[in-house]
Amino acid sequence: MRAGKICRWRFAGLVPYGEGRLLQRDLVRRRLAGEIPDTLLLVEHPHVITLGKMARPEHVRRTRPGVEVVETDRGGDVTYHGPGQIVAYPILDLREHRRDVRWYLDRLEEVMIRVVARYGLRGERRPGATGVWVGGAKIGSIGVRVERWITSHGFALNVATDLSYFDLIVPCGLEGVRMTSLEKEVGRAVDPGEVRRGVVEAFGGVFHRVMEEIPG
Amino acid sequence: MPTNIIMPQMGESVFEGTITRWLKKEGDRVLRDEPLFEISTDKVDTEIPSPVGGILRKIICPVGAKVPIHTVVAIVDESGAPAEEAVPRGAAAPVRAEPAPVAGLDPTEAETRRFAPPAGGCGTGAGGPPRPVAAEGPLLLEVSSEAPLALRDQVVPMSPMRERIAEHMVRSRRTAAHAATVFEADVTRIVEIREREKRDFEIVTGTRLTYTPFFAAACVQALREFPILNSSVEGKNIVYRKEIHLGVAVALPDGLIVPVIRNAGERSFVDLCRTLNDLAERARTKRLSVEEVQGGTFTITNPGPYGGLFGTPIINQPQVAILGIGTIERRPVVVHEAIAIRSMCYLCLSFDHRVVDGAVADRFMARLKGILQEWTIPIR
Repeated sequence: MRAGKICRWRFAGLVPYGEGRLLQRDLVRRRLAGEIPDTLLLVEHPHVITLGKMARPEHVRRTRPGVEVVETDRGGDVTYHGPGQIVAYPILDLREHRRDVRWYLDRLEEVMIRVVARYGLRGERRPGATGVWVGGAKIGSIGVRVERWITSHGFALNVATDLSYFDLIVPCGLEGVRMTSLEKEVGRAVDPGEVRRGVVEAFGGVFHRVMEEIPG
Repeated sequence: MPTNIIMPQMGESVFEGTITRWLKKEGDRVLRDEPLFEISTDKVDTEIPSPVGGILRKIICPVGAKVPIHTVVAIVDESGAPAEEAVPRGAAAPVRAEPAPVAGLDPTEAETRRFAPPAGGCGTGAGGPPRPVAAEGPLLLEVSSEAPLALRDQVVPMSPMRERIAEHMVRSRRTAAHAATVFEADVTRIVEIREREKRDFEIVTGTRLTYTPFFAAACVQALREFPILNSSVEGKNIVYRKEIHLGVAVALPDGLIVPVIRNAGERSFVDLCRTLNDLAERARTKRLSVEEVQGGTFTITNPGPYGGLFGTPIINQPQVAILGIGTIERRPVVVHEAIAIRSMCYLCLSFDHRVVDGAVADRFMARLKGILQEWTIPIR
């Protein structure tokens, strides 16, 4: 087997949103400086509603105690992150892939489609509504930032998410969107570690990278 | 030499982008490869570095404009260029393209007209069909200074925060019968206490001793004695609020926000101080939750350190009064038939004359002044 380019990955556990941003900024800086290869950071966030630059404040319908609301610097409108959701932050140098952000979004969708396929689900794309949909409901959301072709932010896949939290917002600014999760669709409990491994594997396949776990 | 900065193409099927932020102002110096503006395309935010170093002469497309690729969005003048620094050249930087030699008076003019924003300004979605670009992506054209780019007024859509502030201010003016009263307080004692205690206070409590908690604690005490100032109007009823939830206005670079100290009446001085510092810090870093800016029953605001004597603030609805605290200044004052140097401060109360009469407002202020001048509240 020919050894390909490497992408390192790490699951950082439950990370507050702001701290996740700091981790990413540091990785972007180091990726830009060429100190590290492509890196995939996986986290889970405590309850948080995040607003992209283009977000309209009225898309936050209401809030609940314990749910932080933050403005952030990714593309897209408003979304929710919380326990039971796999959040993936790829720090890639698109100059080594393709200098095309639309292509990149499509590839992130492909990663999630491959992950849900492992559970017998058919993930679908919708023109004009970036993300992954299963049976008419949205299971995975995307919001990305690119600085000098280095990516940050990424995607969020609902695994065992308490979907009632999405009622607080108009997800992605699209009225009438129904959200779903892997567990809801397969009708049984799903091992989050197994899903994470699925994400890592699919990511390596889609971006043609050998996935290497960062120890510790 | 002026260089046109062009909306880059971020991918094969990406034909326009929305400008979300200018990282430099007109007149600012920008280094080559230094981030100049940010754009948003669908689900992607991108930071665009300047392809050249120089002075940002003109921003043509304001924040909020939806701009076709290859449109001129700004002009950077290289003649004022500082020595270029060795910033690693980002690939997203627009590349130079020689103006096509076209027969005619001015070859560059034809090129410019083709790609300059249409007369209506940016965001009309026009600008000609997207041109195929090299894999390198974005293009950049150089034009002479005679380029037909008229100076235009800058149109900047309000940020969501600005919209909310605007809506609230007008609504408050429409709702309340604003009246104001101004008092002057001698806060020398408080200044002395703070100077004496601030070092130990921070060591013991772990939080910085500022002036705001003194004013907050004094307000709490005065509000207890004048509950009408801690009320709100609902239809034809006056609702006397049982708890004192004290709003404290915090200035942000692009607006202001009023986090609320809940149950301020039940907090010790140290607790007030710590909560204030925490809320102010998180307000500035935009990390407040929605509950933390709601439910205030009275607000204090500090018009800022620019030397204004006092301002007449607008009431934070549905409250009935707001206290503006002026700058603390050392001034000559007559004390016991002598002129003394005292630390003085103007206090201005805006109140809703529908429910608060002038005499009541003045009695409240006199009491507040007394509490501040003869400070007796233990600070730790």
